Amino acid sequence: MGKEGVIYRVAGPVVTAVGISPRMYDVILVGKEQLMGEVIKIVGDKTIVQVYEDTSGVRPGEKVVDTGQPLVAELGPGLLSSVYDGIQRPLPVLRDRMGDFIERGVSAPGLDRSLKWPFTPVVKKGDTVAEGQVIGTVPERAITHKVMVPPGIGGKVDMIKEGEFTVDEVVAVIGGKEVRMMQKWPVRRGRPFARKMAPEEPLITGQRVLDTLFPLTKGGTGAIPGGFGTGKTVTQQQLAKWSDAEIVVYIGCGERGNEMTEVLTSFPELTDPKTGKPLMNRTVLIANTSNMPVAAREASVYTGMTIAEYFRDMGLNVSLMADSTSRWAEAMREISSRLEEMPGEEGYPAYLSARLSEFYERAGRVVSLSGETGSISVVGAVSPPGGDLSEPVTQGTLRIVRVFWALDTKLRERRHFPAINWLTSYSLYSGQLDGWYRQNVAEDFPALRNWAIGLLQKEAELQEIVQLVGSDALPDEQKLTLEISRMVREIFLQQNAYHPVDTYSPMSRQYTFLKLINRFATNAAKAVENEVPVETIANMELRNRLAKSKFEENIEEELKAIAETMDKEFEALGGK
Amino acid sequence: MTSKEYRSITQIAGPLVFVERTEPVGYNELAMVALPDGSERMGQVLDSSDEIVVIQMFEGTTGIPKTAGVKFLGETMKMPVSRDMLGRILSGSGKPLDGGPAIVPEDRLEIIGAAINPWARDNPQEFIQTGISTIDGMNTLVRGQKLPIFSASGLPHNEIALQIARQAKVLSGAEDFAVVFAAMGITNEEAQYFMRDFERTGALKRAVVFLNLADDPAIERIITPKLALTTAEYLAFTLDMHVLVILTDLTNYCEALRQIGAAREEVPGRRGYPGYMYTDLASIYERAGRIKGKKGSITQIPILSMPGDDITHPIPDLTGYITEGQIVAKRELVRAGIYPPIDVGSSLSRLMNEGIGKGRTREDHKAVSDQCYAAYAEGRDLRGLVAIVGKEALSERDRKFLEFADEFERRLVQQGREEDRSIETTLDLMWELLASLDERQLTRIDRKYIEKYHPKYRKKE
Ligand SMILES: Nc1ncnc2c1ncn2[C@@H]1O[C@H](COP(=O)(O)OP(=O)(O)OP(=O)(O)O)[C@@H](O)[C@H]1O
Ligand SMILES: [Mg+2]
Repeated sequence: MGKEGVIYRVAGPVVTAVGISPRMYDVILVGKEQLMGEVIKIVGDKTIVQVYEDTSGVRPGEKVVDTGQPLVAELGPGLLSSVYDGIQRPLPVLRDRMGDFIERGVSAPGLDRSLKWPFTPVVKKGDTVAEGQVIGTVPERAITHKVMVPPGIGGKVDMIKEGEFTVDEVVAVIGGKEVRMMQKWPVRRGRPFARKMAPEEPLITGQRVLDTLFPLTKGGTGAIPGGFGTGKTVTQQQLAKWSDAEIVVYIGCGERGNEMTEVLTSFPELTDPKTGKPLMNRTVLIANTSNMPVAAREASVYTGMTIAEYFRDMGLNVSLMADSTSRWAEAMREISSRLEEMPGEEGYPAYLSARLSEFYERAGRVVSLSGETGSISVVGAVSPPGGDLSEPVTQGTLRIVRVFWALDTKLRERRHFPAINWLTSYSLYSGQLDGWYRQNVAEDFPALRNWAIGLLQKEAELQEIVQLVGSDALPDEQKLTLEISRMVREIFLQQNAYHPVDTYSPMSRQYTFLKLINRFATNAAKAVENEVPVETIANMELRNRLAKSKFEENIEEELKAIAETMDKEFEALGGK
Repeated sequence: MTSKEYRSITQIAGPLVFVERTEPVGYNELAMVALPDGSERMGQVLDSSDEIVVIQMFEGTTGIPKTAGVKFLGETMKMPVSRDMLGRILSGSGKPLDGGPAIVPEDRLEIIGAAINPWARDNPQEFIQTGISTIDGMNTLVRGQKLPIFSASGLPHNEIALQIARQAKVLSGAEDFAVVFAAMGITNEEAQYFMRDFERTGALKRAVVFLNLADDPAIERIITPKLALTTAEYLAFTLDMHVLVILTDLTNYCEALRQIGAAREEVPGRRGYPGYMYTDLASIYERAGRIKGKKGSITQIPILSMPGDDITHPIPDLTGYITEGQIVAKRELVRAGIYPPIDVGSSLSRLMNEGIGKGRTREDHKAVSDQCYAAYAEGRDLRGLVAIVGKEALSERDRKFLEFADEFERRLVQQGREEDRSIETTLDLMWELLASLDERQLTRIDRKYIEKYHPKYRKKE
């Protein structure tokens, strides 16, 4: 059969064609307008295609073309600070070509073909190179972009150039094959690497509850499930802003348009605490909002992951955020139901959990083909219907990821942000990282953290009693426990993402806070023994000062001052 | 394109008509079904193949026989729009109901709006003063936001929506504004209530009204919000107006969606609603916002009633996942005699931070509202405890919080139906309430604001 066929049936984003015999997941151009689609099922002589654009007006009988190629991402200089839709079309280009609204039938390549980049070779003619090996570098915004031998190519360098080139000009000939700065990779397939290694360093995010209580690692996986408005997006944006990764890939998968705008307006104005350059310089944004075509939403997570892998292969630490993986799962469900597949739980396709694990498995710390160590940390937001975590997407995710940040509607209703429930959340990396924290933060950091966790658990138990008898009935020592754990919650756990100082808390400061609260607790316990009323302690000016210190511009000095006066202030309370 | 009439209906089920052996018909194209009595009904193609075409009828299938003729119009559904629509009352499918002349179109627009390119969007950040304290002070609305009212049967959501529509203004002064009102499946009495208020206040002149009432065909409801939003987009982005869109009641819209899903024998999602309901609702709610370089804006206030007062029901739940917050009405507050019965705990405005602060409302706004939230939440928790152990078992501190919660509801939440509070009034009232607490409990407010705005220090001036 030929490369061209005709449409047999159109039902929403799912088009059935006859007269072609493509491979699964090959790209098909559909109809007069050549809308892009992907083969998702083959039955007898019929090919079923999911189309990435609106199919209104498309008719049976129109032409389809089999491109013989799978859906690929374009990888090379020019990715950083780009804003793409789910199939890597740059949104600024789309706006230039079709105005403020997303119309259809426009193709736009992921990488700008007109820009020239300075290419400096690091190998020379006659060298032998293998796939994945670095052959040259290009300075690009926040990083030195490494140009690598595309997978599947290798051998003797027959020719290599130096100078300014566009991404699709030939810069080298290797083993008889032309090599350009741009390479293409099918998004649904993980890029190859030499081997995987266990993550060993935390991904520092500047968010106290995350870094101290439930840390993620460079190369680790985490999920943030939570009902609407509990803080998934804010938390992910905080990670995108402040985490100490070199590259951030942020996928807005089926969420709000205005949230993307917010990222687009705030990121260029914020600076990376590490490099001092605008945050946008290290960021790739994929925005396939809820009202953009659902098939492109399905593809968006793979596009993002492929871009992340490409930077990982250069030996960089990448963090990838997907908001929300539930919308991705729903896109799968929608397509699956159009295919009239036998549904699994709650209408999701039976392969849902397999797809989820395949996706998260692409995270990790690896040694790349060129021998560099890079990592991808993945954080997926999950939006469970009705906030009920027993639903299939949450459950499928929790089976795979190693960090669970549980957002809690109750906490958000009392404006405890981040609304991460400290009793139900967990990090399976926590213990593994103790050594790192001891070495890089403080010897007693793990001990302090365990103290805080223990205190919060104790509080939960006491609260149950208080609900029955009131807090006045408790002995002083327990009243004090409640008072100190309130301090841990209000001073340490609560963190305002919108406050210029509080939004980011470096590890050293997180430690200082815990240390001070702990010292306060020790002093207070002594005072209570000396019969100072708990109420007096709770009303100390020092406590108030500590609570407010996190909002002070000269926070470091303030904390120092508090530390210096603490013992004295407690002495001044007197007691017996 | 073609005017050929087919008489090959093979099946009629619910709102769907199946026709076989037609010429190629485009997906989403319009179809016209001719009834024996000479009347015609409009539908839209949901599925088109060489063998069978499935049409969804907008006005239902009652009275359609198998022998009816079907024509395909060769285009997708478009809506005639014009400036003259202001002041008009139209049916749920856009036909004049007010006895006025037909609309002379300045343009014809596709009703299934294309998505705004996120790159083209502008950040909504202009404060809208609604004059309602629980909204302005605690859940601030901004231009270009979509902020639904989650209500339930028997609660005064219509009053709240009308009060917002009447009082909404931006502080920077007069600008060209319009209201687009779309009713879906509400009762005639409710519709009358809205119309009377629009007439009384003169708002009708600046409004376009679409009415699909409870006894109108349910399927028509599927297109009513799309017509309304197409009109709104024209007013906002072609005629530069600031448009407030009120959609009520989305619950009826979703019921209609479920009805179509069932007729198509689709695999249902939660509680029988279609699996694509999130995407479908997003295609409505996301048609709000601002566009770079355009003067106008679309602000949406959809109203929905939560079946069984259940906020986890798929309709409020999916809505909350799409909109930029929600205003929640609670029955307990109605029982306590409080109007507007807005529960600030479960309400939220996600764009609040964009719209408040220095130069927008007042520098202390964020801190004061955070503090009120925290204090109110604490006071409310204590109510549960008091019911068990009595007020006496509370510490002095706790007693104050308990009283704060009561006063907060009685003085800040409670206000008159015609009472239009300025943002200054609202913020000062919040301070007055906070002043009943020990100053040391105001941990969320910077010292400098306390010294500037706390009544204790203000009096000294
Ligand atoms: N760390 C934080 N600091 C201050 N405010 C926060 C924080 N986290 C969340 N919020 C508040 O909660 C609101 C909702 O958060 P967010 O938009 O992230 O929710 P979400 O879980 O992504 O909801 P949805 O599922 O509907 O997208 C924010 O607009 C903000 O007001
Ligand atoms: Mg979100």
